[in-house]
Amino acid sequence: MSAPPAGALATRDLSLWYGPVQALDLVSLSIAPHAISAIIGPSGCGKSSLLRSFNRLHPLAADVRVSGDVTLNGASVCASSLPVEELRRRVGMVFQRWTPFPVSIYDNVAAGPRLNLRLERADLDAIVEQALRRAALWDEVKDRLREPARRLSGGQQQRLCIARALANGPEVLLLDEPCSALDPIATQRIEEVLWELRQDVTIVIVTHNLQQAARLSDETAVLIGGRLVEHGPSSQLFTSPREPRTEAFITGRFG
Amino acid sequence: MAVVVAATAFAVSPLAALGGHLVREGGAALHWSFFTALPAPVGEPGGGMANAVVGTLLLVSIASLMAIPVGVGAGLYAAEHRGRPLALAVRFVSEVLSGVPSIVIGILSWEFVVRPMGHFSALAGAVALAIIMLPLVARATEEMVLLVPSALFETALALGYGHARAVVRVVLRTALPGILTALLVAVARVAGETAPLLFTAFGNHFWSVSLREPVSALPLQIFTYAISPYDDWRALAWAGALVLVGLAVILGIAARVTMRHRHGRRVR
Repeated sequence: MSAPPAGALATRDLSLWYGPVQALDLVSLSIAPHAISAIIGPSGCGKSSLLRSFNRLHPLAADVRVSGDVTLNGASVCASSLPVEELRRRVGMVFQRWTPFPVSIYDNVAAGPRLNLRLERADLDAIVEQALRRAALWDEVKDRLREPARRLSGGQQQRLCIARALANGPEVLLLDEPCSALDPIATQRIEEVLWELRQDVTIVIVTHNLQQAARLSDETAVLIGGRLVEHGPSSQLFTSPREPRTEAFITGRFG
Repeated sequence: MAVVVAATAFAVSPLAALGGHLVREGGAALHWSFFTALPAPVGEPGGGMANAVVGTLLLVSIASLMAIPVGVGAGLYAAEHRGRPLALAVRFVSEVLSGVPSIVIGILSWEFVVRPMGHFSALAGAVALAIIMLPLVARATEEMVLLVPSALFETALALGYGHARAVVRVVLRTALPGILTALLVAVARVAGETAPLLFTAFGNHFWSVSLREPVSALPLQIFTYAISPYDDWRALAWAGALVLVGLAVILGIAARVTMRHRHGRRVR
């Protein structure tokens, strides 16, 4: 049996509680590597909790309990051989509300690489340029890299956040409703970026926008009440869902 | 409308009168020698408050060195661990301390610094000013850190920052302009304090930059000169008042400028 390809995320019987409230209930899910996977479901169904368990951000909330396991390329993300900082460099994340640091465009993108690598100036420049190019932002900002990141438009700031995550060279990119505060044009730019990235990065996107999930993702997982209801190719799931609850959700009868 | 204008004029007039009088009286007595000469003996013309200017800078610097690290640390802790007993204690003590009259804080410093040392000293004055600064710095730091969106902290963690690094390099860095503004306001506030220095730093007519010796300060010197029976001393007191107000104005402008640059123009 060959080793699983890089960027293969999976959960096995993953359950998660916030105090007495159960957010995830025995979720077993294999994320297709080098593809775009969408996680959809009604508000409060555990989408974000699932996403945050992939890079171990979930313990930040108070009183969290977890059972089951999450694996990256077959190895548990909780293994002592994998420090959480290294996990988070390999599994990057972009948040709903763009979160540039209050520094320049360049320093935002360079933040991750500067943490762990002792780089020559030219090498760092190259990493920053490549990350910005992959996020389709380079041509817009190449002449103003020293300007504060917060001068950019919302869509540009979100692509900057994607570039910042990419600068770490992650195998997986997690996105938590990255377009929910953006206009359709800015959303389209980001979808184009993700579509290009899927060739070498595994992408997991949580979205409330079902059209976005349908047009963008290769696979879709439906989460309702903390349970994985259905998971399969998006083309099939959105046209002929197997589960009645999936059909009810995607046709807008609840959620 | 007329009432509002009248009320505004009434509210502004004391400030205008004060400013006008201060500039007229103080400006007339303010010469370069104010900043270079020691106080002259009674009856001798001239003289300045150079030692008081240096003394105030010394007291405020030492007080800042003591209060800023402790205050920023306490404020950061209170913001990071909101709800914990120690964090609540920090906030409670800060609130109480900022309401204590400054003369009482002077007594505190007298009891714990002057009495054990056996004499007045710059150190005792600086300790009193530091205790006044401490709650201002701690509260401001806590408030500014709480204003930083938690998503920014999570972003730093998601990039592979360790907890401490994320707090210092991202959260504190983001709150820094606001904290700097508060620091400048705190410095301006204690630079004008007189009461807690009366029986701690005590005042000194001669040069001294020793922490173990009594030292002069602008407010003390103004106090001494203003209640003196000599016209030229009272004129110098006005000059001192003008310098003190000028210092507060400069710090205020600096605070405004750091506020305006809250979102960071220049980095590293």
